[in-house]
Amino acid sequence: MTTAPPLAVAAEARQIPQRRAGRRRGRGAYALRVVLAVVAAGLLLFPLYWMVVVAFSPRAELFSRELRLWPSTFTLDNFTRIFTEYPVVTWLGNSVVITVFVTVLTVVLNLMAGYAFARLRFRGRNVILLLALSTLMLPVQVIMVSQFQLVTRLGIYGTYWAVILPSAATAFGIFLSRQFIIGIPQEIIEAARVDGAGHVRVFLKIVLPLCKPLIAVLILLTAMSTWNDFAWPLIALKENYLFTLPIGLLFLRGQYTVDFNMIMAMALLATLPMVLLFLVFQRYFVQGFTRSGIK
Amino acid sequence: MTADTRSLSRPLAGRSPAPRTGGRSARLQEALAGYSFAAPNLVLIGLFLLYPVVSAVLISLRDARGFGDGDFIGLGNYARLLSDAAFWQSTANTVLFTAITVPLSMALGLGLAVLMNSVLPARGLFRTIIVLPMVVSGVATALVGVLIFDEGTGILNKLLRAIGGPALSWQSGGAEAFASVVIITLWVRVGFNMVIYLAGLQGVSPELYESARLDGANAWQQFRNVTLPLVGPSTFFLLVMNVIYSFQVFDIIFVMTGGGPGYSTSVLVTYAYQNGFVTREQGYAAALGIVLLIITLVFTALYWRASRARDLTD
Repeated sequence: MTTAPPLAVAAEARQIPQRRAGRRRGRGAYALRVVLAVVAAGLLLFPLYWMVVVAFSPRAELFSRELRLWPSTFTLDNFTRIFTEYPVVTWLGNSVVITVFVTVLTVVLNLMAGYAFARLRFRGRNVILLLALSTLMLPVQVIMVSQFQLVTRLGIYGTYWAVILPSAATAFGIFLSRQFIIGIPQEIIEAARVDGAGHVRVFLKIVLPLCKPLIAVLILLTAMSTWNDFAWPLIALKENYLFTLPIGLLFLRGQYTVDFNMIMAMALLATLPMVLLFLVFQRYFVQGFTRSGIK
Repeated sequence: MTADTRSLSRPLAGRSPAPRTGGRSARLQEALAGYSFAAPNLVLIGLFLLYPVVSAVLISLRDARGFGDGDFIGLGNYARLLSDAAFWQSTANTVLFTAITVPLSMALGLGLAVLMNSVLPARGLFRTIIVLPMVVSGVATALVGVLIFDEGTGILNKLLRAIGGPALSWQSGGAEAFASVVIITLWVRVGFNMVIYLAGLQGVSPELYESARLDGANAWQQFRNVTLPLVGPSTFFLLVMNVIYSFQVFDIIFVMTGGGPGYSTSVLVTYAYQNGFVTREQGYAAALGIVLLIITLVFTALYWRASRARDLTD
């Protein structure tokens, strides 16, 4: 009698159509996937969550020995203090100016070069492209000493231009643009050419309007890497009032009394614009990569 | 008929555009347009990337310190590297860091991509959360890392103590400091790898899984025999991107540990920065950079050979 229930279950199980068993297993797998996704998301979100918590916590909290996962009192004090004690508005402005300049310059030049390498034939095209793309493998730090000497000799050390011009020198966008533009059907371009459109006109009126996902990806990647760039602005800028936000963050950390609540408040301010930009452009993100043949 | 198919297949193969109507002047015009469109970007690349490489080689042959150009000392800086223990440790750390972060972040990225490509509630939200760390600057990331891993007041050690575990010496212990840098790097990197793998997975036709299931393949076999081969191109692309990122890791180490304790988290790039801009031995720093460049070139050559072999077998 005691062995009956398992036997009965086994007998019943044999009779269950295979589809039912499959569905039950499917439900188990589904639950497992949800659990995994929640755990992964929790782990990946935690550092950002912690940034927010510390930014809104009173100063003493950080140094208490007890474990506390949320602020005991919610305060805006850290934000008012960074604005009164440091030129945060200036730093924010510097970041905006530099990012806008670099992004516009880079994206325009990348699209133009990408069009040339994808659709126009000229002598030495492949060699030039290869040489340009080889710089993708070049660690920036290999040339930081000589770049520093170069901007000094050009007389732009310590100015916006010392950050903007070298930052706009990148081949990644050329590669992405070329791959994307090659995917545009030749017939469309051919038809415009037959109608008498010149190369500039074809580029502006035919190619660019078809490149929206590409442009979105280029803007997002360029703006993000410029906004967040650290090593080069650290070398190229010296005056406090020209600092970008990442350099400002390091400056705050170098202060005599390190105040991590203020640092996190500023880190949050520096992060939010990029989060917004990302949320606006993210639907193009996968698409832009997929259609560039990178997958 | 043959001309037609050629003009169709050529642009798809990505070689050159279809033949144009018109004669020499049209071709000249096209070439002129090509140079003009490419020139502005190429000038910037030449001036700010290629020229500095040449000048870095020249500087590395000089005893340049402070603000002087220094004397020509041939391979003196390179000879000094050989007997510099900190250089060897930085090299070993760079290799170790790459060997750990690249496979781990790619495996995690692929796992998450498979997960995010399956049926899930609020999938869009999950995807956004996974990619979000990518948006945060290296400095801000590293500063959060400092907070989390602080030995005394860090949240991680508080958690460890709360569950009765031992608090770890994330700053004073070399191995622990290295681990903390690796963990933060993975946190940043996984999202990008997930996006690229996801793009690759979305190109895989569902029928392939259907037929694999009909053949009786279980989930692991489906992953092993369908998913893995089909995301091969993504893996290839990501391998190169991740190796470059790992070779060039700077912000996170510079801010989190400064290469310490001692030189236990120092990598070639942070060591080069220290020499070039802290102790201001530019010649020596340039030599370090050239070594990094040579390692990168060797890797690139291997990659090229592998990718050509791939193209041939495909």
